[in-house]
Amino acid sequence: MYSLSYRRASSVEEARRLFKEASDAAYLAGGHTLLPAMKQRLAAHDVLVDLGAIADMKGIGVSGDGLTIGGGVTHAEVAGSQEVKGAIPSLAALAGSIGDAQVRHRGTLGGSIANNDPAADYPAAALALAATIRTDGREIAADDFFTALYETALEEGEIVTGVSFRIPETAGYAKFRNPASRYPMAGVFVARHKDGTVRVAVTGAGNEGVFRWSEAEQALSGNFAAEALAGLSVDPDMMMGDIHGSPEYRANLVAVMARRALGSLGSAEAII
Amino acid sequence: MSVEGIGARVARKEDKRFITGQGRYVDDMSVPGMKHAAFVRSPHAHARVGAINAEAARAMPGVVAVLTGAEMAADGIGNLICGWMIHSKDGSPMNMGAWPALASETVRFVGQAVAVVIAETKSQARDAAEAVEVEWEELPAVSDVLGAIAEGAPQIHPEAPGNLIYDWEIGTKDEVEKAFGEAAHVTRMDLTNNRLIPNAMEPRAALARYDAADDHFTLWTTSQNPHTARLVLSAFYNVAPEHKLRVVAPDVGGGFGSKIYIYPEEITCLWAAKKTGVPVKWTGDRSEAFLTDAHGRDHVTVAEMAFDANNRITAFKIDTIANFGAYMSLFSSAVPTYLYATLLSGQYDIPLIHCNVRAVYTNTAPVDAYRGAGRPEATFVVERMMETAARELSVSPAELRRTNFIREFPHQTPVIMLYDAGDYEASLNAALEASDYAGFAARKAEAQRRGRLRGIGISCYIEACGIAPSKAVGSLGAGVGLWESAEVRVNPVGTIEVLTGSHSHGQGHETTFAQLVASRLGVPLDNIAIVHGDTDSVQFGMGTYGSRSGAVGMSAISRAIDKVEAKAKKIAAHLLEASEGDIEIADGEVRVAGTDKKLGWHEVCLAAYTGHNLPDGMEPGLKEGAFYDPANFTFPAGAYVCEVEIDPETGHTDIVQFVAADDFGRIINPMIVEGQVHGGIAQGIGQALLEGCVYDEGGQLITATYNDYAMPRAHDLPSFRVSTTETICPSNPLGIKGCGEAGAIGSPPAVINAITDAIGNNDLSMPATPEKVWRALHAAGGGLREAAE
Repeated sequence: MYSLSYRRASSVEEARRLFKEASDAAYLAGGHTLLPAMKQRLAAHDVLVDLGAIADMKGIGVSGDGLTIGGGVTHAEVAGSQEVKGAIPSLAALAGSIGDAQVRHRGTLGGSIANNDPAADYPAAALALAATIRTDGREIAADDFFTALYETALEEGEIVTGVSFRIPETAGYAKFRNPASRYPMAGVFVARHKDGTVRVAVTGAGNEGVFRWSEAEQALSGNFAAEALAGLSVDPDMMMGDIHGSPEYRANLVAVMARRALGSLGSAEAII
Repeated sequence: MSVEGIGARVARKEDKRFITGQGRYVDDMSVPGMKHAAFVRSPHAHARVGAINAEAARAMPGVVAVLTGAEMAADGIGNLICGWMIHSKDGSPMNMGAWPALASETVRFVGQAVAVVIAETKSQARDAAEAVEVEWEELPAVSDVLGAIAEGAPQIHPEAPGNLIYDWEIGTKDEVEKAFGEAAHVTRMDLTNNRLIPNAMEPRAALARYDAADDHFTLWTTSQNPHTARLVLSAFYNVAPEHKLRVVAPDVGGGFGSKIYIYPEEITCLWAAKKTGVPVKWTGDRSEAFLTDAHGRDHVTVAEMAFDANNRITAFKIDTIANFGAYMSLFSSAVPTYLYATLLSGQYDIPLIHCNVRAVYTNTAPVDAYRGAGRPEATFVVERMMETAARELSVSPAELRRTNFIREFPHQTPVIMLYDAGDYEASLNAALEASDYAGFAARKAEAQRRGRLRGIGISCYIEACGIAPSKAVGSLGAGVGLWESAEVRVNPVGTIEVLTGSHSHGQGHETTFAQLVASRLGVPLDNIAIVHGDTDSVQFGMGTYGSRSGAVGMSAISRAIDKVEAKAKKIAAHLLEASEGDIEIADGEVRVAGTDKKLGWHEVCLAAYTGHNLPDGMEPGLKEGAFYDPANFTFPAGAYVCEVEIDPETGHTDIVQFVAADDFGRIINPMIVEGQVHGGIAQGIGQALLEGCVYDEGGQLITATYNDYAMPRAHDLPSFRVSTTETICPSNPLGIKGCGEAGAIGSPPAVINAITDAIGNNDLSMPATPEKVWRALHAAGGGLREAAE
């Protein structure tokens, strides 16, 4: 790691100010992507602005059809939250399936969403649960938020302060982990909303990052069950390929995980 | 069995300091004036090294020096060596290319060091290392063995035409061919033994100090064999004279073979400490470990086994190509020859064997011994062949093995080894019973109802441990003897220090070695200290690898105890006016058998040191040493049964049961032995399912972090069911065979045999990743449909 300054912000406003004052700052949330890259000297920032002490970014609350979780809430807090378990149990289960215990106690919802790692779990939930991403200046629909691999609609210095998930009628998540990194090689979040719409979001597999699988959504609109997906598959040309899984294998996993997610409504299944 | 002696489940004495953070590793050490080293490494797999411009780096904050290979060569520092001579079948010696610690002309793998920066802090050293400018002239590179021996491949070393290090054979080729001509059945397989990266928890480290007043060097380093390090550093690398060099290997966090060798970084730190006049420390980071620790395995093999009409093996022929990486590491040449081909008889009575091995350079990290070293590769070949042959011959895999087991001992194999003792059927029976092999069909049917494919696989391994008689290994090309030394120092108050040439880096020697002493001299464990890892304390030692510390290291201690015991008895007999033959030592007392005449152990020890009343002519003191050279290798063996369930939709393998029945000879501490077996099986399952080192065609390491190199985790493993059968080893005084590598040797073929049984397709390479299993299942067709129904 190159030498740098570490600053801990106590408010969103202070964080923005500290970020603006530096020449090449980065926000630090859980640090699980940023710090390893910096330790390997693959990334360098002159200032790290820690968002971990900002009280306004904590907290979990249910109001009407929405479940709002602060950007600074850790995966472990989401996984253990009675509000989340009551409103969207599969989201709590998803959070409980991320990484290991150490990761879950440091990593945050806001950090995961803002980083948009193509193999992160939360972006799939955000898309399938028609989430609204709240920042320090505006609200962005999840459909408009995830723009490309590691890229989002966030402006320079903008902070994800929270995420409001639409509480569905039912939802489920299933993923197949990469044997080395334990990130999903394919993770599928399915949700049937109270207005009858169905959303299916896929993470870990797409070569452009998280995406909604519209054919599956249509097929499930009439019959929200695994058999409705029979014969349906994603195009391998849209899938990532690496030493752990070819595009063809990932395409298979997407179809399988979609079916497994429908078999895991109200929870989450993680293989490996 | 006493509560502390041989056979007792004594909790490990060393664990308190390890689990309370009080272990002392090289990186914990600090000496006054110490500076930090960072290496400038090649980003290319093969390149000529042009000008090195270090001006900017030298001007950076905190930089003490930037040193290059040219300066090292000018100081007469020698190239790294391979210490085991192998001759090709045409009689020519192996073709060894030059390996300077800092390359000045050519780099041959990514990560090879060309310069070192010494600076006040680690960060400053790294910053300056990045500022060193090297003119690289890239050369074509090759990373796989088949590519390296192909026509027109890039030439890696001028000394090795066609990248061939040696073309070696063992056995009787003509007779083997004749037997194949007469065979009733021949089983043939193409087998790959995947390349592994060792991943000891503690990365390599070195702290070197030069004391100008005494012209004396000290090197604290992560070594499995500090005396060998000292020998090589002095005799071959010319860094420091042996009598002026102290090597200390303190607490070491795992080795698995990778810390046997003396690497460029350790040599460089020692040289730089004198050159710069400041103590120099280097602690490798995980990326450096991935790139530069000696890797393991990496064989490509074609094997053919001939059977007669009674399913008895009549001949076995094996053709193996071994990837050595870019340089010949210290023991590399011995691994695919005398540690591999000599074990190809397995547990079976095979009259004729022929094995050909070609050792090949590639533009990858050097490859050397890694837990098991040659024997896992041999076991994988033999046990995949046996399971496959059983399927082809339509006999049960257990039955085919029984038909061919060696049953009389000693047994001379056609490939050098003289097996001294064993009962292979006992291990197999124990494993089959523990795994309820007979009930497998019902479990498979039940799994099928759940949509899972269940398979079962056997592996009956043998290994040669406790290497070995010095005379024997010397005749085979070893540059060193493979005995062990020990000293037993009894203090005037009766407490005991045992100085051993073995080195513990996770094996629990401080406990097991003390158990031996407690058993023999009746002294409580708390009064016994085991001293190891310091060339200034321990007279000499060959170190710990090849599961040799019990069979060889403890035997040396036993021999020293013999001498102590004899002298103590003489003293006691003199003091008690009894016959020496009537003296017994037990429970802290020295007694005259059958009488109430006795002395406390401490009284005899004190008498030895006061010298007031010793037998005429006896020297005072109670301290004895021994060098023990074994009579033979030892031959641990056993049977493993693995049971898996496959998810046919994803290809994911779940190991649902793993049973081990090992014969390690006499066991000192069953709990520690079980721990060794657990760790070994975890590594073996890692090789079978998860671990696979991947270089791209240009020689860049793809699996250079844990994001891509999959290590086994507790989550991937079942709760092992381990047990032992026992035949006492006749070749050493304690009857010990060794247990450190068995798990890693025996388990991979059991896993692959189980998966291929489950999916109905025998064409599956390691690591058997979910995608490979899924594809093999698709290729087999039937298995998938069957499960889906």
